[in-house]
Amino acid sequence: MEVLIAIIIAVLTGGGIFLLLKARTFTIILGLMMLAYAVNLFLFSMGRLHVNQPAILLEGVENFADPLPQALVLTAIVISFGMTAFIIVLSLRAKFELGNDHVDGTSPSKGER
Amino acid sequence: MSQMAVLPILIPLFAAMAILFAKMLNHKTQQALSILFSIMLIIINVVVLFDVMTINHFVYQLGDWEAPFGITFVLDSFSAIMLLLTSLLALGALWYAVIRDIDGEGVNFHVLFHLQIFGLNGAFLTGDIFNLFVFFEVLLLASYALILHGFGRERTRFGMHYMIINLVGSTLFLFGIGALYGILGTLNIADMALQVSTLEAEDRGVVAAAGLLLLVVFGLKAAMFPLYFWLPGAYSSTSAPVAALFAIMTKVGIYSIIRVHGTIFGSEAGVLSFYHLPWVLGLGLITIILAAFGVMSSKGLKEQIAYLVLASVATLLIAVGINTPAALSGAIFYLMHSTLIAGGFFLYAGTLGVLRGEYSDKFVRTPNFKSIVLSGSIFFAFAVAILGMPPLSGFFGKMMILSGALESSYVWLIFTVMLSASILMIMSLTRAGSLMFYHIKDNESSISNPISFAVYYPIFYLFSLAVMLVFFANPISKFTDQSALMLYDAASYIDKVLIRDN
Repeated sequence: MEVLIAIIIAVLTGGGIFLLLKARTFTIILGLMMLAYAVNLFLFSMGRLHVNQPAILLEGVENFADPLPQALVLTAIVISFGMTAFIIVLSLRAKFELGNDHVDGTSPSKGER
Repeated sequence: MSQMAVLPILIPLFAAMAILFAKMLNHKTQQALSILFSIMLIIINVVVLFDVMTINHFVYQLGDWEAPFGITFVLDSFSAIMLLLTSLLALGALWYAVIRDIDGEGVNFHVLFHLQIFGLNGAFLTGDIFNLFVFFEVLLLASYALILHGFGRERTRFGMHYMIINLVGSTLFLFGIGALYGILGTLNIADMALQVSTLEAEDRGVVAAAGLLLLVVFGLKAAMFPLYFWLPGAYSSTSAPVAALFAIMTKVGIYSIIRVHGTIFGSEAGVLSFYHLPWVLGLGLITIILAAFGVMSSKGLKEQIAYLVLASVATLLIAVGINTPAALSGAIFYLMHSTLIAGGFFLYAGTLGVLRGEYSDKFVRTPNFKSIVLSGSIFFAFAVAILGMPPLSGFFGKMMILSGALESSYVWLIFTVMLSASILMIMSLTRAGSLMFYHIKDNESSISNPISFAVYYPIFYLFSLAVMLVFFANPISKFTDQSALMLYDAASYIDKVLIRDN
């Protein structure tokens, strides 16, 4: 399971960085979202990976999953959700104000993407 | 004192809410409330500063949950200085915005402004690294909206860059926090420092890497090489009061490096102790050279000031990297000076842009314009101050840093780089001043843009605060010496937060 999670985080991060390096706002937003997913998964796995273990202290239960990373992930999800909403609105605004969806606001010359 | 420590966070939050509700009344009420709350914040911060002088660290446990399990706020003389500095700067920026009616160009200027202060104050007070992340997000979200205030093509374009790079920075921050938590099992800065000191050799690599990842994040906020490209565009395109407030934004990065790295990887950290500082010093030296080139190549005054802000950040990075209490004390002094002067200079550049009409703040020859003598004199005063020439406050700060550098083994490198960067900046500011105020097109009719004299008040206010730094240089530098020594004493910080007996 560790290997699988590690590969998923790596693929999400790699894809996120690849998309971020494109110069169009839409791909950049997708890249940021993928990076946010990757970091959420990473934070989650930092409490170590457990299967079928409670996150709440109970009488007579010996093994627990660490509840703190789960709370952190929740916060991180909320924040990245808000930020994504804001940047979508901003990129729409930039599209109408600058006339194109290039991050520099100018249409690139041919062959440049 | 007991509840005072949390007031600098609560007041801006309540201020933002109150101003939002005051929207139902009218714009004048919002303005009045906004100014009133920022004056109140200054008074509270002065009281807090004088209280904290007698005790080194004041620890506030939210809801009385003990550290490291609860949310901890730590107030010490360094964070108290930052709080007071922020509120003083904020008043100047707000005052200017109200007089020029820049706050009316968009909606909710004052609400966002106070939320920004809320985030800043939170970042200065928190003793918990995840809360630092949350407060960073609060201040960033407010700053995204503020940087776009008033809109316009340039603002949208550079606001976009600013937002994207900071979102990537937030992701890196979370990666860093996650990796540190995975090894150390705690998020409280004091507790983390304790865990690092007893770290096993095999875990050291991960912790060191995560620490440097956090350095990247704070370096991004502070605009450290090679992460500064967002700064000149964002600062020069936004409105004057927002740019003035943002003079403190880069300092948050410096503060976080001193606070987080200085405590976790400080004197108690064993093998990893101060392992990050060669990076800080080296990158600071590169940044100041590039900042000097930027100052020389600027096409307008606002852009030039943005690069001067970059140079001041680089000076601070160098001072932190020198790694002696004397240099750190100089850094704190220089930080106060550069924030106030850069803020005032941005406000002045906004005024000059109005006076010169269509030429704005560009470095081109213009016809004679109204009150050219007054604005030229102000330019001269600010230029002297920001370059760190005697007799103004920048000189004292730079001298303290350079005399601290004498103990460093790289003293020749630091002196050469800092002084040659200074001479380049002096040359280009001289050129800018003579171009704008001496080389006037005499044969054309003069520009007479009406501007009320009141716009100069906030500029004079910020400048006079910097002059106060000169008048009270002795007590202030004694105070900064004391807080630099305190910052080097990571053990007492850990003891206070975790209530350790020894």
